[in-house]
Amino acid sequence: MATATVPSVERENYLNKHYGVESWLLTTDHKRIALLYLISITFFFFIGGFFALLIRLELLTPASDLVQADTYNKLFTMHGQVMVFFFLIPSIPAVLGNFLIPLMIGAKDLAFPRVNLLSWYLYIIGGIMMVHCMLTGGVDTGWTFYTPFSTAFSNTKVIEAGLAIFVAGFSSILTGLNFVVTIHRMRAPGLTWSRLPLFVWAHYATSIIQILGTPVVAITLVLVVAERSLHLGIFDPKLGGDPLLFQHLFWFYSHPAVYIMILPSMGVVTEIIACFSRKRIFGYSFVALSSIAIAVFGFLVWAHHMFVAGISVYAALIFSLLSYSVAVPSAVKVFNWTATLYKGSIRYDAPMLYAFGFLGLFTMGGLTGLFLAALGVDVHVTDTYFVIAHFHYIMVGGALMGYLGGMHFWWPKISGKLYPEGWARLAALIVFIGFNLTFFPQFILGYLGMPRRYADYSHMPEFQILNVFSTAGSTVLGVGYLLPMIYFLWSMRYGKPAPDNPWNAAGLEWKTPSPPTTYNFEEEPVVTWEAYNYDEIDKGHKEEVHVVG
Amino acid sequence: MSDSQAAVPHHDGLHNPALLHHFATEEQQRDSASFGMWIFLATEVMFFGGLFCAYLIYRRWYFGDFAAASKSINAALGATNTAVLICSSLTVVLAIWAAQTARRGLMILMLVLTMLFGVAFLGIKGIEYKDKFEEHHVPGVSFSFDHQQIPGHPDQYANPQHAQIFFALYFIMTGLHALHMVVGLGIFTWLLWMAWKGRFTPHYHTPLEIGGLYWHFVDIVWIYLFPLLYLIDRHP
Repeated sequence: MATATVPSVERENYLNKHYGVESWLLTTDHKRIALLYLISITFFFFIGGFFALLIRLELLTPASDLVQADTYNKLFTMHGQVMVFFFLIPSIPAVLGNFLIPLMIGAKDLAFPRVNLLSWYLYIIGGIMMVHCMLTGGVDTGWTFYTPFSTAFSNTKVIEAGLAIFVAGFSSILTGLNFVVTIHRMRAPGLTWSRLPLFVWAHYATSIIQILGTPVVAITLVLVVAERSLHLGIFDPKLGGDPLLFQHLFWFYSHPAVYIMILPSMGVVTEIIACFSRKRIFGYSFVALSSIAIAVFGFLVWAHHMFVAGISVYAALIFSLLSYSVAVPSAVKVFNWTATLYKGSIRYDAPMLYAFGFLGLFTMGGLTGLFLAALGVDVHVTDTYFVIAHFHYIMVGGALMGYLGGMHFWWPKISGKLYPEGWARLAALIVFIGFNLTFFPQFILGYLGMPRRYADYSHMPEFQILNVFSTAGSTVLGVGYLLPMIYFLWSMRYGKPAPDNPWNAAGLEWKTPSPPTTYNFEEEPVVTWEAYNYDEIDKGHKEEVHVVG
Repeated sequence: MSDSQAAVPHHDGLHNPALLHHFATEEQQRDSASFGMWIFLATEVMFFGGLFCAYLIYRRWYFGDFAAASKSINAALGATNTAVLICSSLTVVLAIWAAQTARRGLMILMLVLTMLFGVAFLGIKGIEYKDKFEEHHVPGVSFSFDHQQIPGHPDQYANPQHAQIFFALYFIMTGLHALHMVVGLGIFTWLLWMAWKGRFTPHYHTPLEIGGLYWHFVDIVWIYLFPLLYLIDRHP
């Protein structure tokens, strides 16, 4: 497909227009900010991954012999906090969303370029605080900061970790705000809501959650910090406070936060499946509106994290029912992707392999979520490895597969270079195998009763074999994640120059040069076609494109 | 003399230096700015919303203790502050009106008045905090709220622990609000400087409008805080 001619002289683009540290640290170009985010979140991904590997190594044997229980508590806490707040939440929106939304809607930049840079700096300030906190002792509360342990008993750096996440939260809020205004106000002429790429719809839904959910966890962390430093009693039952109130406020954000991670990934997968099946997305408006439905329903289900915490049985019944309702829009998406594949001309390039991986793993993660939404089953598996396996299938199997798929799909556009396809397919396979080897045994472990957050399971030595599988899998997974980083870096120097549209894909971003120029479009594009018009593209009809280089 | 030449090279002749490169029209830029501020205010509603939620739950649980604690704060000062803030919102609106009708002097006067009202609010707030500090009503080691009668129940004393939750929420809510006032004063200093430099015209005064939106929002938060914190079960 990659038949377009590549000019031998390098064109001016966003990467080579300016040089020097200052041109990066003071940039307001959404594409450069996306790359700043890419570097920063990759750094945190490997920190979080390092903690994960230590956790898995400790669990290789039943006794707590690599680290002691206190250290183990810190390891899983910081693994969770780094991965959730400093990798998964910013991952696709801040890197791919930042880079692609203006390109996809035919705009020169996001609505507020300086606010965009500010949000990266907030992320970095939060990140530095988090790293400082980790280097000077860390936290052991679990990523959930449950009170009164976090406010009255823990002897670790709860305040600093809380403030780090508070600051990083505002980075997330400002990104969401920027996206919503941009999608509303900056679309090219003719690009109506029903012609928007579904990637943009998914980010719109994500932004709603970031805007409405994040402030609540921010104020909750303020209360935790105030309570811990001044012993106020707001969340301390000994002083008349209510720890359940903390859990309600915390999960009001932290459950929808899962949809901040998965919705953008769904958007990526939609683009990839349409392109590599050469078909219009089946049921466009259902896929678009199911994103909004997930965002809305996502706000109504938080207390399913608290079924055993002592909430009233009637509240539990309602939250159980509402939790099931999230399955409907999720299933709509899965069925529509499958229907898009039906009779498509499917190609198995690396992005598509990741999309297939996403489909399978997300479906498993979603279905096991239904087990957990059922009141009776939840009591049996609460705080076991079943829960761990479930949310890793969503967050790693779903969100991370989508992120990697998207990075491969748009890498030619971002870097102007082609990645080595063979290595990429191999890496996709390694990630899929390693992931299942790591996390599938955890479903069984959890169902058999292995509790989460325990360094020592020597009273249950029969659990060791499944833990060995899981630890072995995590090593394979680690290799699978290192490979893309290596060959992406390699391709920046040695990769073949990418044509403007290597996949022959639909979408305005592919009508710009690879890599794009600083202001994306020299003339404002005018859109006269529906999204995913692959039938027209493949018939060879030259559509009227008002964009030149 | 350069004025006559400046317009010649541009074919539109009306290019506004405040129009940023990535917007097609001034209208698009203005719409985006005010839409962005409205969304930011939505996040602020959720931010304060978490506190209001906590407040309402404990007020329902510990109503008598909250009423007793509420009675100890100075409602007259709170009412004065409410009036001060409502006046400041009026001066903000008048400043925008002055910009729209090209009255630069009036605009500057109104901005200065707004900031004076803001400073007055913080001063009165400071007096309230000082009183609370002297009465040992600041939560922490020196907190004391013994032998305070519950309004309407002369034979019952308030539980000091529950009253401490009231004061914790009182200080966090009013403190966070005061912090927003300080940020607002910073924004208005910048607006005043822009107005002084003559940047605002009837055609372009978007910063004034979105700064005003923020100021009004902070006022409205106070409009809710005042009755909730100061006027629980008050009888003459």
